[in-house]
Amino acid sequence: MSASIPVEKARKLTRKEKREIDSKNRLASPVASLMAVVIAVFWTIPTAGLLITSFRPSSDVRRTGWWTVFVDPGFTLKNYADVLTTSNVTNSFFNSIIITIPAVVIPILLALLAAYAFAWIDFKGRTFLFAFVFALQVVPIQVTLIPLLTQYVSWGLANTYWTVWLSHTIFALPLAIYLLHNFMKEIPRSLIEAARVDGAGHVRIFFQVMMPLLVPAIASFAIFQFLWVWNDLLVALTFSAPEYMPITAVLAALSGSYGSRWYLLAAGAFVAMVVPLIVFLSLQRYFVRGMLAGGVKG
Amino acid sequence: MTWFLKPETLPEKFAVMLLAVLLFAMIMGLVLAVVDRPRLPRWVPVVGYLGPALLLIIFGLLWPGMLTIRNSFYNATSTDYIGLANYQQIFTDEGFLIVLRNTVFWVILVPLVATALGLIYAVLVDRTRVEKLAKTLIFLPMAISMVGASIIWKFMYEYRDPSLPQIGLLNQVVMWLGGQPQQWLLNPPLNTFMLIVVMIWIQAGFAMTVLSAAIKAIPDEIVEAAKVDGVTGMKLFVNITVPSVRPAIIVVLTTIAMGTLKAFDIVYTMTGGNFNTSIVANEFYTQSFNQGQRGLGAALAVLLFIAVTPMIIYNLRQMRISEGER
Repeated sequence: MSASIPVEKARKLTRKEKREIDSKNRLASPVASLMAVVIAVFWTIPTAGLLITSFRPSSDVRRTGWWTVFVDPGFTLKNYADVLTTSNVTNSFFNSIIITIPAVVIPILLALLAAYAFAWIDFKGRTFLFAFVFALQVVPIQVTLIPLLTQYVSWGLANTYWTVWLSHTIFALPLAIYLLHNFMKEIPRSLIEAARVDGAGHVRIFFQVMMPLLVPAIASFAIFQFLWVWNDLLVALTFSAPEYMPITAVLAALSGSYGSRWYLLAAGAFVAMVVPLIVFLSLQRYFVRGMLAGGVKG
Repeated sequence: MTWFLKPETLPEKFAVMLLAVLLFAMIMGLVLAVVDRPRLPRWVPVVGYLGPALLLIIFGLLWPGMLTIRNSFYNATSTDYIGLANYQQIFTDEGFLIVLRNTVFWVILVPLVATALGLIYAVLVDRTRVEKLAKTLIFLPMAISMVGASIIWKFMYEYRDPSLPQIGLLNQVVMWLGGQPQQWLLNPPLNTFMLIVVMIWIQAGFAMTVLSAAIKAIPDEIVEAAKVDGVTGMKLFVNITVPSVRPAIIVVLTTIAMGTLKAFDIVYTMTGGNFNTSIVANEFYTQSFNQGQRGLGAALAVLLFIAVTPMIIYNLRQMRISEGER
C-alpha cells in the first residue's frame, strides 16, 4: 500500500546532467561509503554462506565453518543430487509449479474483468462496491482459513489442488482489482470513446484497446502474485494434502527434521530459491513498478 | 474421475493444471459472449464482468471473516457461546501475554529499523555508480521465501559446543571476539530479537526501494538551493531529505507493520513458537490447527484484524493526502 510516487522526474535528465548532479550531490565521504559497504555485506553474507555450504562436501560442512572454504577449498554437487533424489524435494518442486501457474493466471483474468467494469462501465452503486472490494484488502487471511477449510471439507474438495488454487485466487482478488483498476483509469477516455463510436462492444474494447496498454501493469501484478504464491507457506499448510505440498512447506518441515544435516538443507533451500530469484532478477523492473503503485500484500 | 481431484503421477498433475486454466478461461469466455450481445440492459454486462470476482470475494473473504468473528465468541468446537472468555484468556494467561508482548516487539522494531536502514542506504547509494547493483543486493531477500530466509539465518545462528569448531558465523564471530558461543534461538528474551533480525533483513529492501524512488522525486532545485546555502551532508539529510519524503516514510512504516503482524513463517520455521518466541500470527496457527482450540484461534485472528485495520485506514488517508498534493 504505498502512494504512487512520481519516479519520472529523475528519468528525464540526460546522462550528462545526471553526472553533473552526481559530482555535486554525493555524500561520498569515506564514512558514508563505509556504512553502505557494511550494510551491503551484512545483507549478502548470510545468503552467501548458505550458498557456499550447499556446494561443500558433507564431511566438510559438519566439521568446519563455510568461511574456511577460502583456505581449504572443496566443492561438490553431491548435496544437490542427494536432496533431489532421496527426499520429496523434487516432487514438491513440481507441486510448487502446478500450484503457482493457475494461482497467477486465474486471479488476473478475474480481476481484469472486474477492474474493467469498475473503471469503464457506469452503474449504480459502483463507488460503494469498489470501496467494499478495496476495504476487504484489510482482512488478514488468517481470519478466513478455518471457515474456508470447513466449507471445502463439506464439499469433498479438501486436500486437492483445486482448493489451493481457489484460495490463492480469492486472496489475490482485492489487491489485483484495485491495482488494475488504477492502471485502467489512466487510459485516456478518448481512446475508449473512439472505439465505441466505431461500434465496438465491451469485449472488443477490452481485448483490442485495453489489453495491449495493460501489459506492463499485468506483468507487475503477475510477478507479485507469482512470488507470493511460490513463497507462500500458510495457505499451503492449511489447504494442501501432504502429497501436494509445495517446496516451502517441505523445506519448513525439513528444517525441523534435518536439524543438523545442513548440507542437505542448504541445497534444498537453494532449489526452492532459484525460481523466484530468476524471475525476480530478470523482471525486477516490473516488480519495482508494481510495488511503487501500491502492490504489497501481507 | 478420481484423477481429476487426486492426480497421482506427474503428467496427471500437469494435465489437471492445464484443465483448470482452460476450464476457467472457457467459462469466462462463455460469460463474455453471453453478456456482450447488443441491446441487453446495462446490468447484464455489469453482472457478467463483476459477478464472478464479487461472488468469490464474498464467499472467500467476507463470509469466512464473519464466521470467524462469531467463532471467537464460541468454545473450542464452535458449539457453545462463551462470550468474551477467549479474549479474556488471551489477555490474562501468562503464556498469551508473552505472545502479545513479543508481537508488540515485532511490530515496533521491524518497521522502525527496516525503514531507517532502508532510508540511510537509499541515500548512501543514490546516484553512485554502483547504485543498481547495491540496491539489488539489499532487495534480494524480498524475492526469496520467508522459509528460505529462516533457513539462511538459522544457519547463521547455528550453535556448536565451544570445544568444537563453530559452523554458524555468528558464534564464530563471538569466539573471535573472545566470547562464548550462544544458543541464540533457545534463550528468551534474546531469541525473539534474533528472529526479528530476520524480518528486518527481509523488509529493508522494500523500504529502500520505495524511499529511493521518493528521494529521486525531490525537485533538484530544492537540493540545489540548500547547497547554495551551505547545507550538506548530515544536515541536508535531516533538514531536506527526510522532511521531503515524510509521506513515503509513513506509508513504508505502516506497510511493513501490517506485513509483520501477519507473517508467521519465520517463527514457524525457526522455533515453531517454542522457547517463548510465539507471536499472534503463529499462535493463531498453533491454536487452530495443532491444539484444536478453534475459539482461541478465531479470537487471535480477530485481534490481528483489529490491529491491522487502523493502519490501513491511516495508510489510505496518507495516500489521499499525498495524491492531493500532486
